[in-house]
Parts: sequence; structure tokens; C-alpha cells
Amino acid sequence: MYSEKVMDHFMNPRNVGEISDANGVGQVGNAKCGDIMKMYLKIENNVIVDAKFKTFGCGAAVATSSMATELVKGKTVEEALKITNQAVAEALDGLPPVKMHCSNLAEEAIKAAIDDYKRKNGLMDEEEYENNSCSRRCDDIHRIDDDE
Amino acid sequence: MTNDLQQKIYYFDHAATTPMREEVLEEMLPYLREKYGNPSSIYSIGRESKKAIEEARDKVAAALGAQSREIFFTGSGTEADNWAVKGIAYANRNKGKHIITSSIEHHAILHACKYLESEGFEVTYLPVDQNGLVSPEQVREAIRPDTILITIMFANNEIGTIQPIAEIGKIAREKGVYFHTDAVQAVGNVPINVEDMNIDLLSFSAHKFYGPKGVGALYIRKGVKIVSFLHGGAQERARRASTENVAGIVGLGKAIELATANMDEHNKKLMELRDRVIDEVMQKIPFVRLNGDRYKRLPGNVNFSFEFIEGESLLLMLDMKGIAASSGSACTSGSLDPSHVLLAIGLPHEIAHGSLRLTFGIDNTHEEIDYLMEVLPQIVGRLREMSPLYEAYERGNKNV
Repeated sequence: MYSEKVMDHFMNPRNVGEISDANGVGQVGNAKCGDIMKMYLKIENNVIVDAKFKTFGCGAAVATSSMATELVKGKTVEEALKITNQAVAEALDGLPPVKMHCSNLAEEAIKAAIDDYKRKNGLMDEEEYENNSCSRRCDDIHRIDDDE
Repeated sequence: MTNDLQQKIYYFDHAATTPMREEVLEEMLPYLREKYGNPSSIYSIGRESKKAIEEARDKVAAALGAQSREIFFTGSGTEADNWAVKGIAYANRNKGKHIITSSIEHHAILHACKYLESEGFEVTYLPVDQNGLVSPEQVREAIRPDTILITIMFANNEIGTIQPIAEIGKIAREKGVYFHTDAVQAVGNVPINVEDMNIDLLSFSAHKFYGPKGVGALYIRKGVKIVSFLHGGAQERARRASTENVAGIVGLGKAIELATANMDEHNKKLMELRDRVIDEVMQKIPFVRLNGDRYKRLPGNVNFSFEFIEGESLLLMLDMKGIAASSGSACTSGSLDPSHVLLAIGLPHEIAHGSLRLTFGIDNTHEEIDYLMEVLPQIVGRLREMSPLYEAYERGNKNV
């Protein structure tokens, strides 16, 4: 059901781990839904110089996390914010339809880590940060699935 | 999935299906070749097919303590379940509209019950305890004057818990309510006697005990009021019309005969493998729990939850090592909720997502278990290393 590229990123995930001096850390998802992704970014002069992740989740969740860290490395903050879930999925040669929500997780994790960086560096006020905070719930996913 | 073709398969998923035995295939082959006659035809090769079916029916009856005329062949266990539940409901709707079942039934029962609810029937879904056991007393208390059917599975497909079927059967008989049991996981694995256990209807499927896929049966006690499942010819005494799957039925007969004859020997071996895996996993891997009853469980079933990790990832990594297993995680269920069985025994979602079911069979060996015990702790460790839940736990921060 998974493409070879997904299986490769699942079995040999790139950038697993933590960055001790990360200046942007974001965690999205929840254990109840069965997937959590935590992304660590190191940003210097507005450029993402390093990215690592830890993920609790299925094969697609791990593979999209791995691919997302690959995609953001070397990009400016603005460029990284333009990475969509679709782009992550396409970079993996696609995901099974039932797994597309896993790629949302990757997009949200990038945004959450960058928001954290901006807040810490006074580039975003607390109110905006709160509004941007992702509150993805299982119910949201179920609704999407029910519509299909 | 990308499996090296040369790689040995360590098959630990016998609750999903079993490899067909060579002896079973041998018995079936003539009915796929030269003995192709339609059992309803009067000439010699037709009569031969008919005879083969009746011999298979006798074998099933002998295995269950039933009479041959009470055995009806179907296309699957699911079909038998659907027939039992809907057939009893429609035939007895003038008597009442209430059905009692459990919350951990297979979807073949649960979804048939949901359908009947949409048709105006009322269904009570009994809870189970933390080991997955239905309380016979709760069954008794749930019976109403308009209850027409109690349907409780013999043994659970996920956690292996074996229900107090004889006790429930006794209560049903006392109260004059039909009692059906989905015995798909039990037939061929645990001793069953429909007389002693007061079972009125019982479903099963051949491929769970080393027989072919695409054939099952429903036991219907003589005198039970049930509607016919398929209308057409006079096959299966006009209760389930269709030209018979002769080879499949012959295979089912042979498989049940073999399973019953060697049950004690097989179970001794399976329990040895099962108990070894339970003991070693609990000992070698931290943050693990055994799901289901430690003793009242199918001889070949183990079901664990590993904290901080997700089941599908675990299955994929096991598959890369040649190990076939299954999980109750959402990602493997095709929905986004983890297994209804694991939730019913009270597991939180995040623990249910990390479940692993291993079901052993008669061909598994201790050498295969050696390999499993080498690989499994490594994989669990690797997944925990990349889990933010484990990281949070290690930091003593449980507010994830």
C-alpha cells in the first residue's frame, strides 16, 4: 500500500532525534488519534540550518516527518512556511488516501516549530501565537473522512 | 510491502487465516478436477458430489455433537453470522424485537446488529470486564420478555478471551431465548459440544483451522425458527440455495476432522509457545501489558500493548524482518479509531494504538520464537527511541 519511497523513509528515517540548541520546537497531533510529531529546528539568519524530529505514529506519519525535515533544511523561514502537506506527500511519491491526514501533521509541525521560533525571537506576539496554535482533533479527521 | 522473496516468513497470524493442510488439499483436488458433477444431478458423478457433501456434514456434526441435518454450509463465517442474526430476527419479530450481544463481537455480528437497529430492532451491547469476559449474570439481567436472541462470541479474535458459553447457554435455555455463538475462532481450537453447552446456533469458517477459504457453516438446532438465507433451489434443505462449493465443503470436512482428532496434542504445543512468549515478552520488554485473560484464552493467542509506540509501525518493521502479525491500532483497522475490543476492555486510545497480536499455529516452532524474541525487543526499542511520548516520559513530563 505504501510507495517504495515511503517505505525507505520509514525504514531509514532521516533526521531522527533532538537538537539540543534548537530555537524552534513544535509538537502537533495527539496520542488519542495515534500520531504525534515533534519537530526541532535550528534557524540562523532566517535560514533553517538543521531539522530533526521524533514521531509516534504509523508508517506514513514517520515517513512524512522524515521527508518534512529534509524539505525544510536550507530553506528560509518564509520558504518553509510555504511547504504544503501536498508537497510532502508528492515528495514521497504519494500516500494512500486514508493516510493523507498524516501529511497534514508534517505541514502543521513545520508551522508550529516556526511559530515557536518567531515567538521566542519577538517576531510574533503571544496572541497571534495562541491563535495559530494547532488544535487538531480526531473529530476533525473523522469529519473529513466522512465527507469522502 | 517490499519483502525479499527469499526471506523466510515467520507466520504468527493464524487468527487471520491458516495455511491449508496438504491432506485437506488432497481430499479437495478430485472435486476440482474429474469429480465435477453437480450434487443436484441424478447421474453418477452428481451423486458422488452429493455423497461427498453429506460425508463432510457428518464430520462437522460429529465434531460439534450435533446431528447432520442441523449443519448448513455457507460461503463464510461472516455469512453464517449474518444468517443467524438476521434470520432469527426476521423469523421471530412477532415475538419480540430485542437482541442481546456483547461490545466485543466481530464486526460480522456488530454490523448485522446495527443494520437490524435501523430496521426497528433493539440491541443491548453488554460490556465486558478488563479481561474481555462477558458476565453471565449480566446476560440474565438483560433478558426482557421480548428478547428473541442472545449472540455472544465463543472466543475473541483479537484478545483470545474464551467466554463462559455453557453458563450463558444454560441461562438462555432456562429463559427460552435462542442462543447463537460466533465460534469462528473456537472451532477446531477448543472443545465444543452444542448439546452440553445449550447452543442453538453456531457459526464457523474452515480457513481458521487449516481448511480452505470461502466456506463456512451454520449449526441450527432442530426446531429453531429462522428464515432461509438465500431463496432458489433446494440445496441445504432450501435454507441456503446455491450450487454447493463441493471442493470447499469436502475440505472443511477433512479439516474439522483433523483438527478435532489432534486437538489435545496441538493445544498442548500451542499453549507452550503462547506461554513462553507471554513470559519472555513481559520479562524482556518494559512498559508492556498483556491484553485478554491470562488463562481463559485461546491456546495460540497473545495480545500485547507496548506503551509509547504505534501498532502499524511495529507491524511494518516486523514485516521487514519476515514476521507476519497484526495489530488493533487505528492505522491497521482502516478507520481512525483503534480496535473496539481494546477500547471495550478499558484501554486508553494511546495504549490501544500500540497493540500487537501474535497468533501461533501448529507449524510454528521454538526456533521461530527464538527469532521473534530476538527481533521484537529491538524493534520496540527502536520505535521508542523515535517516539516523542517516550522522550516526554523519560523527562518525567507526562503532560503530553
